[in-house]
Amino acid sequence: MHILREVAAEFERPVLLFSGGKDSTLMLHLARKAFLPAPIPFQLLHVDTGHNFPETLDFRDRMVDRFGVRLLVADVQSYIDAGDLRERADGTRNPLQTLPLLRAIEANKFDAVLGGGRRDEEKARAKERVFSLRDDFGQWDPRRQRPELWRLYNGRHRPGEHMRVFPLSNWTELDVWDYIRAEDIELPSLYYTHRRTVFLRDGMWLAPGSWGGPGDGESVQERMVRYRTVGDMSCTGAVDSPASSVDEVIAEIAASRVTERGSSRADDRMSEAAMEDRKREGYF
Amino acid sequence: MTTTDEIAVGDLLRLATAGSVDDGKSTLVGRLLHDTSAVMPDQLEAVRLASRNRGLAETDLALLTDGLRAEREQGITIDVAYRYFATAKRRFILADTPGHVQYTRNMVTGASTAELAVILVDARHGFVEQTGRHTVVSALLRVPHLALAVNKMDLVGYAEEAFAEIAEEFAEYARKLGVPDVVAIPMSALCGDNVVEPSVNMTWYAGPTLLEHLETVATVGEPEATRLPVQYVIRATDFRGYAGQLASGLLRVGDPVVVSPAGHRTRITGIEVGGVPVDEAFAPQSVVVRVADAVDVARGDLITPVSTMPTATDRLMMVGCQLASRPLRTGDRVLLRHTTRTVRAFVEAIDERLDVHSLSTDSPMDTLYTNEIGLVSIRCSEPVAVDPYEFNRHCGAVLLIDEASGDTLTAGMVGVPPWWP
Ligand SMILES: Nc1nc2c(ncn2[C@@H]2O[C@H](COP(=O)(O)OP(=O)(O)O)[C@@H](O)[C@H]2O)c(=O)[nH]1
Ligand SMILES: [Mg+2]
Repeated sequence: MHILREVAAEFERPVLLFSGGKDSTLMLHLARKAFLPAPIPFQLLHVDTGHNFPETLDFRDRMVDRFGVRLLVADVQSYIDAGDLRERADGTRNPLQTLPLLRAIEANKFDAVLGGGRRDEEKARAKERVFSLRDDFGQWDPRRQRPELWRLYNGRHRPGEHMRVFPLSNWTELDVWDYIRAEDIELPSLYYTHRRTVFLRDGMWLAPGSWGGPGDGESVQERMVRYRTVGDMSCTGAVDSPASSVDEVIAEIAASRVTERGSSRADDRMSEAAMEDRKREGYF
Repeated sequence: MTTTDEIAVGDLLRLATAGSVDDGKSTLVGRLLHDTSAVMPDQLEAVRLASRNRGLAETDLALLTDGLRAEREQGITIDVAYRYFATAKRRFILADTPGHVQYTRNMVTGASTAELAVILVDARHGFVEQTGRHTVVSALLRVPHLALAVNKMDLVGYAEEAFAEIAEEFAEYARKLGVPDVVAIPMSALCGDNVVEPSVNMTWYAGPTLLEHLETVATVGEPEATRLPVQYVIRATDFRGYAGQLASGLLRVGDPVVVSPAGHRTRITGIEVGGVPVDEAFAPQSVVVRVADAVDVARGDLITPVSTMPTATDRLMMVGCQLASRPLRTGDRVLLRHTTRTVRAFVEAIDERLDVHSLSTDSPMDTLYTNEIGLVSIRCSEPVAVDPYEFNRHCGAVLLIDEASGDTLTAGMVGVPPWWP
């Protein structure tokens, strides 16, 4: 709440990235609590890869209604249609989100962009600041990042620059779930067990679709699965799980022996430095 | 520092680590993470592969923490990284700070939010200049608990005398600096002695392992005077509330308070936490308060009890640590950030520079270079309600900021610590 309020106080055009995933949903709840009884002072922005789970989009729209906030959608598909982006050979659209995101930031003159990134997710994120400065090209330079001391977040930026802000930096996956339980926060049904047709690739269960799958030698099957993150369908894997409630999910994570990203994000496995490279380009 | 007050469960300890290059800090942190099961097999597998790619025979736990590509390529750690682990007793946030001489600023950053600092030394080299630097920085930032990790005991035959000598020198040094709680632990990060498991090689040592110490050290300090910096004014129909995070102390409905720097007196008529009315709130909760009178309250104001009201002043003396690569000079015009308040400021003098090894100062001078620590006199364009840092870690802390670039230049701790030479 402290960080959300700092953003509301220090920036003129803050926006909250909202995907319908658990981290951004949690942020939306925190944002409401931080400003009650006044409305949430942020707009929402969703970068839609065009490969989102229908359950997530449905959930997103319901939340927007419930919280009475304005949602802007930056649409990867329309960039592809216009020829500004080209579909990748592997069909994955996660890396394509950067351009629509930066264009939306520029067009709307957003000066602070709130994201749900957590430092426990990945090594290159461990050094990410809570307030992370991006230059006029949206790029992140590890050497220009400001030291953060005490609770003093320095939000100064020049025209054209913007700040990425990560209020959940110090939360772990388990903290997020504990809070979801404590506050009884609704999530998309994908986070709980359901029957789904999937195929196996790189040790993950992927949903079949136009992005290329199943390929030769990959056969589909029905399984009881759930998702630990909900991103682009082409590269977000499901895990076998019978967990149907928050309590069961927490018990499962506490006993889990694989990280959230390791289990479900094909794109992060591409290379050890994958995340660092995308961040430099302006990815979240 | 951050939103951890809003995390639902568990006792939390924030710690920082410091050591010279090659003392074994990455190995120690890797082992802490590994032995508390904060490392999952997929991460371990990645580290095993990376170790093999480098032609190492054994899995190098240090690779668990050496994050950015530049560091991996140079084989050094260049910035503060945060790690998370938990045991059945506590959750931990670890600020991992690199040990190069020039990176005092990273240690200052890590220590600013830490309740405990782990300072590493190599048992073969003992208490070296860097150890002094790390101890001084911890004392300066008022980290209440210090733990000296005497590492690589396996290389000195696990000898008690080697340990005792280093521990004694350290305790003496920390005492001079007024550090309230100091322990020394003999260990081998590589072999795992006294990190998580008690050492079978050092039965002469009866104290706690590092993890036992981290799990049991007191996280609640002395009661402090109440301080509520106003962050944001919340306005709605028939509602005007002041939002902020309690920096210290306790606030109750009905408390008479004063709003600094203007000095208006009023009374708390309502407190809410996350939209829910409560009778009292305590640090570090984020709250919204309402007051009895239609006094003018804005971002940057400080709400405190009348009895412990801070003095508002436009002149202050502080210990500064230069964070930016550009130096701070007498005559510089900068922005000064104190809690939620930002004012213009003028650097009147830079008087003494601390030699962290000899604990002496040289003066006069008028430039503070990167990583240097010195006494800085500031004149502000408007009064600020500051506490001495000795008295309050949040309300005694300031940043100096470059107005044009927005860069954070200097960390400042208001006042002069009693041990200052
Ligand atoms: N013998 C011995 N070697 C150690 C110990 N801890 C670390 N090392 C080695 O010391 C070297 C430097 O360790 P590292 O963790 O990278 O140090 P850092 O620079 O402080 O992060 C590596 O070769 C480690 O394997 C220890 O307890 N005993
Ligand atoms: Mg290291």
